[in-house]
Amino acid sequence: MDVNRIGLKKTDYMGSKSTLCTGCGHDSITSHIITAFHQSSVDPIQVTKLSGIGCSSKTPAYFLNRAHGFNSLHGRMAPIATGVHLANRRQILIGVSGDGDTASIGLGSFAHLLRRNVPIIYICENNGVYGLTKGQFSATAESGSRAKSGAVNPYHGIDLCTVAIEMGCEFVARSFSGDARQLVPLLNLAIRHEGSAFIDVISPCITFANHEGSTRSFEAVRSHNVHLQELGFIQPQQEIKVDYPEGETQVIDLPDGSHFVLRKLLAAEHDVTRRDLALQRLEEAKSRGEFLTGLFYWNKDSVPLSERLNLIDHPLALLGEETRPPRAALDEILSRFE
Amino acid sequence: MPKANDFVITVATTNGSGSQSSNNILLRSLFRMGIPVGGKNLFPSNIQGLPTWFTIRVNDDGFTARKRLADIVVAMNPQTAVQDFDLVKAGGYVILNSDIKLDESKVRGDVQLIKVPFKEIVTPVSDSVKLRKLLINMVYVGVLGELLGIPADVIDATIDHQFGDKASVIESNKKAVAAGREYARANLSDVKFPFRAESRGTQNKNRVLIDGNTASAMGLMFGGCTFVSWYPITPSSSLVESFIDLAEKYRTREGRRDFAVVQAEDELASIAMVVGAGWAGARAVTATSGPGLSLMSEAAGLAYYAEIPAVIWDVQRVGPSTGLPTRTMQGDLLSAYYLSHGDTKHVVLLPSTPAECFEFGQTALDLAEELQTLVIVLSDLDLGMNLHITDRFAYPTAPFRRGKVLTAEQVEHRGGFARYKDVDGDGIGYRTLPGTDHPLAAYFTRGTGHDETSAYSENPEVYKANMDRLSRKFATAKTLVPRPIIESGGKIGLLTFGSSLEAVREARVELAASGVKTSQLVLRALPFTDEVEKFLENHERVYVIEQNRDGQMMQILRAELPQLAGKCISVLHYDGLPLDAETVVEQVRQGERPWM
Repeated sequence: MDVNRIGLKKTDYMGSKSTLCTGCGHDSITSHIITAFHQSSVDPIQVTKLSGIGCSSKTPAYFLNRAHGFNSLHGRMAPIATGVHLANRRQILIGVSGDGDTASIGLGSFAHLLRRNVPIIYICENNGVYGLTKGQFSATAESGSRAKSGAVNPYHGIDLCTVAIEMGCEFVARSFSGDARQLVPLLNLAIRHEGSAFIDVISPCITFANHEGSTRSFEAVRSHNVHLQELGFIQPQQEIKVDYPEGETQVIDLPDGSHFVLRKLLAAEHDVTRRDLALQRLEEAKSRGEFLTGLFYWNKDSVPLSERLNLIDHPLALLGEETRPPRAALDEILSRFE
Repeated sequence: MPKANDFVITVATTNGSGSQSSNNILLRSLFRMGIPVGGKNLFPSNIQGLPTWFTIRVNDDGFTARKRLADIVVAMNPQTAVQDFDLVKAGGYVILNSDIKLDESKVRGDVQLIKVPFKEIVTPVSDSVKLRKLLINMVYVGVLGELLGIPADVIDATIDHQFGDKASVIESNKKAVAAGREYARANLSDVKFPFRAESRGTQNKNRVLIDGNTASAMGLMFGGCTFVSWYPITPSSSLVESFIDLAEKYRTREGRRDFAVVQAEDELASIAMVVGAGWAGARAVTATSGPGLSLMSEAAGLAYYAEIPAVIWDVQRVGPSTGLPTRTMQGDLLSAYYLSHGDTKHVVLLPSTPAECFEFGQTALDLAEELQTLVIVLSDLDLGMNLHITDRFAYPTAPFRRGKVLTAEQVEHRGGFARYKDVDGDGIGYRTLPGTDHPLAAYFTRGTGHDETSAYSENPEVYKANMDRLSRKFATAKTLVPRPIIESGGKIGLLTFGSSLEAVREARVELAASGVKTSQLVLRALPFTDEVEKFLENHERVYVIEQNRDGQMMQILRAELPQLAGKCISVLHYDGLPLDAETVVEQVRQGERPWM
C-alpha cells in the first residue's frame, strides 16, 4: 500500500521532470529523498526546499512539488536558509547543494550555518567536479585525481564531514547516491534531527568524472566505499519486529516513537555520540584511500538556532501590528533624548 | 557684542578619554535651556589614543549645520594643540590646558588665549588617578558653563539624566563641573567673553536631540521589523546595536523574542539571510555601509529579479574602497540605485532628519513588501551618528502594508495562482509564504529566467515580457514612494536630499539676504515622482546639492529627465566633513554670476 500515515501517496512527493544527464547520481538522491519524506509522513506543505547554484541545486525542483522552493545564489544557500528558518521556525528545511557551492564559494557560509545549528537537512551532492561549467575540479577533489581534460589536481581535497564535525554540526553522515539501503534511513533520521543534519553524498558525475583517474567514478567509489554501520529505520506506526544479534546493534529511540538501528559491522566499535572517534574513523579511512560511509556523529538533543535565540513559537513571518510597542514605550525612549 | 545663542564650540580631545560624556552633557544642557543646538563628532578610525574633535553649534535660528571655524576652541590634546588654533575664527577664544607646553610666540595673535590648569583643578575631585583622567573633561564643562552662563542646576540635572542611577558617578561628575566653575569664577571674571547662552524656556519641549541611527532603529522597531542580520561596519553598527537594546526591552515577552538578530559572517550572508527571511514573510532588514553594500550586490539582484522584500539601510561613509571610515559622504547613490548586474533599479529612500529616519523605518518595510522588492535607505555618517535637533516622533498608527500575500483560502478560491502574473496591471504579482496550507500554494523561486508560474524559462519573449513587467512595477513604485517636500520662493531652485538639508536651509536664508531668492525641493526617494519633473520645469535653474565628487544625483537626473537636466547645476561637497552653508552659498553665487 502506497499511502502513508497522513494519507499521501508517494506520487504526492514527486516534483518536475529532471533535466540532468541521464543516469546522474543526483537523480537517485532525489528519489531517495522522495522515499524518505513519504516514509516519514511529512506533509510537504511544512517543508521548504533550498539550494544554491549548480547541477545539484537544480534538484529541489524534482521532488516535493507541494513544498515552497528557493533555488538561490551560488554559495548562499546557507544564509538564505538561516533567514527562512528564523522567519518561520515551523518549516522543515531541506537544502541540496553541491561541492562547488558548499566547499568553495560557500565554505564560509556552510561553516557558519553549522556553527549556528540552523535546523536543515543539508545534503551535499558531492562529485568533486564542476559539471555545469564542464569539468573543472572542485575543492573536494582528491589531490592527484585526474580531470577529464587530463589535468591532475595538485591541491588538498576538503573532507566536508571533517569540516562539519569541527564546526559543531551535531549530525554528520556520508553516503553514496546509489545506496538506497543506507541513504534512505539516514534521511529519515535527519528529518527528525532538531539541528543541522549534514549528509555528504558521493554522487559521481557520469559525464565529467566517470573516467579512469577520477577518484569519484562509479567504479572508484564502489571499490573504495566502506560502510561504517548497517542502518535501519523503523517508523513509529509500523509493527516491525527487530531481532539483531546482541552486541552488534545499537537501537536509538526517537521522541516520535520511531527507532533508529545501527548495526555495527566493523569489529571496531563506533560510538556515534563521540566526536573524537568520528574524526578518528574519518582520518583512518582516508589514509587507507577509502570513502567511509555511515553516521559518524550525532547528538540527538540538538538545540536549533530559533531556540538558542529564544524566539517565540509563533512564526515571525506571521506577526503583524501586535509587534508594535505601545505609545508609552515611545515616550519612554524619547525621554532619553531630551 | 555678538547676540546670544550664536556660537560654535570645538573641543579637541583624545579618543577614548571620556570626553564623549562631557561633550554630551554640555550639549544637552544647552538643549535643556530651550536653545536650538547640534553636535558633531569628528573622530578617527581608532579605539583609543588618536585625536578627536566635538563641535557644538548653538543658533537661535535653528541652523545647526557645520561651520568651518569655531568661536571657541577647547584644546585638551597636546598632540593637536598647535593645529587646533587654526580651528578658531579671528577674534575667537582658545581655552588651552595649561599643562600643554607650546611655544606661545608662535601662537596666533588674533585669538584670545585662556589658559586653564585642568589637572590642578581636578586633583582634589578624586583620589583615583584613573578617574581623574576621565573627570578632567568635566572640568571644561564647568569652565564653559560659567563663561557662557549655563546655570549650574541645568548642568546638574543633565548629569542626573545622563547617568541615571549611578550615584557615585553622578557625584564625582558634579564635583568636577563645580570645580571648573569655581575656577572660572575666581580666575576668569575679567576675561571679556562675548558669547552667552540665554534660556529659551520650553522651546525644545516638543523636540529631541538624537542621532539618526537610534531614530532608524526605533523606526524599524515600531515599524514591525522582525528580522535583522548584519555585519558590524562603521558607521552603521550603532543602528543595529540600538535596535538590539531597544527590542530586548520592548519586544521581548517572558524571555521570548518576537524578533531575531543574527550577526552574520559577512555582508554576503547578512543580505542573503534578509532575502531568505523576507521571502518567508518576515519584515527583514540589514544595515551596512559602502563596502558592505558592494558585497551585497549579487543578492540585491536576486531580490529585484525574484521579487523578494528586503531592506538595506546604508549609513554612508567616504569611499571608494575602505576610504575614510569615520567621515561622511553621499557617495553610494549610484551604486544603490543600480545595485547588481543586469538591468536593475531599486527604490531608494533618502531621509534628511532623524524624524524621517524614524518614519522611514516603517515606510521602507511597507514598500519592500508592497512592491516585493529591495528597498535601500541611504543615510550617512553625519545624519546617522551626529546629534540633531528634531521634532518628537509621532507615534505610528498606520497599519503595516504587507502587499499581495495570498492565504490558503484565497489560493483555494482562485484555484491556484501564478506567482509572476500581472493580474492587477500594476506589475506586482501575488505571492504565498512557505507553510501556506494548500497543495497549490507552493511555487519554486529562482534567480534564473522564469515565466509567470516561476518555472524555468529561456524563452526570449517570456524573458522580455517579465523585464517589461518589472519596469511597470517600478512605475508603480513612483506612485508609492514618499513625495518630495517643496518650499517655493523664487525662480532658482535648490534640490537637496539627505543630510545636506541642514546646511541648505541656512544657505537659502543667506542667499536670500544677498538677493538670490530660491525655492527648495527636498527629495525623499527614488524613483523621481512627478513633482520633481514639475519643479525642474517651473524653475529657471536648479542647483543640485550633493556630497560626492561626480554629481551622482545629477547623473540620475540626466538619465531620467534628459529634457530638463540642462537646467541643472551641480553643487558638490566631498571632503568627508559634513556640508556647511558657506559651501552652498559660494557655489550657488558662482553659478549665478552669468545672470547677475
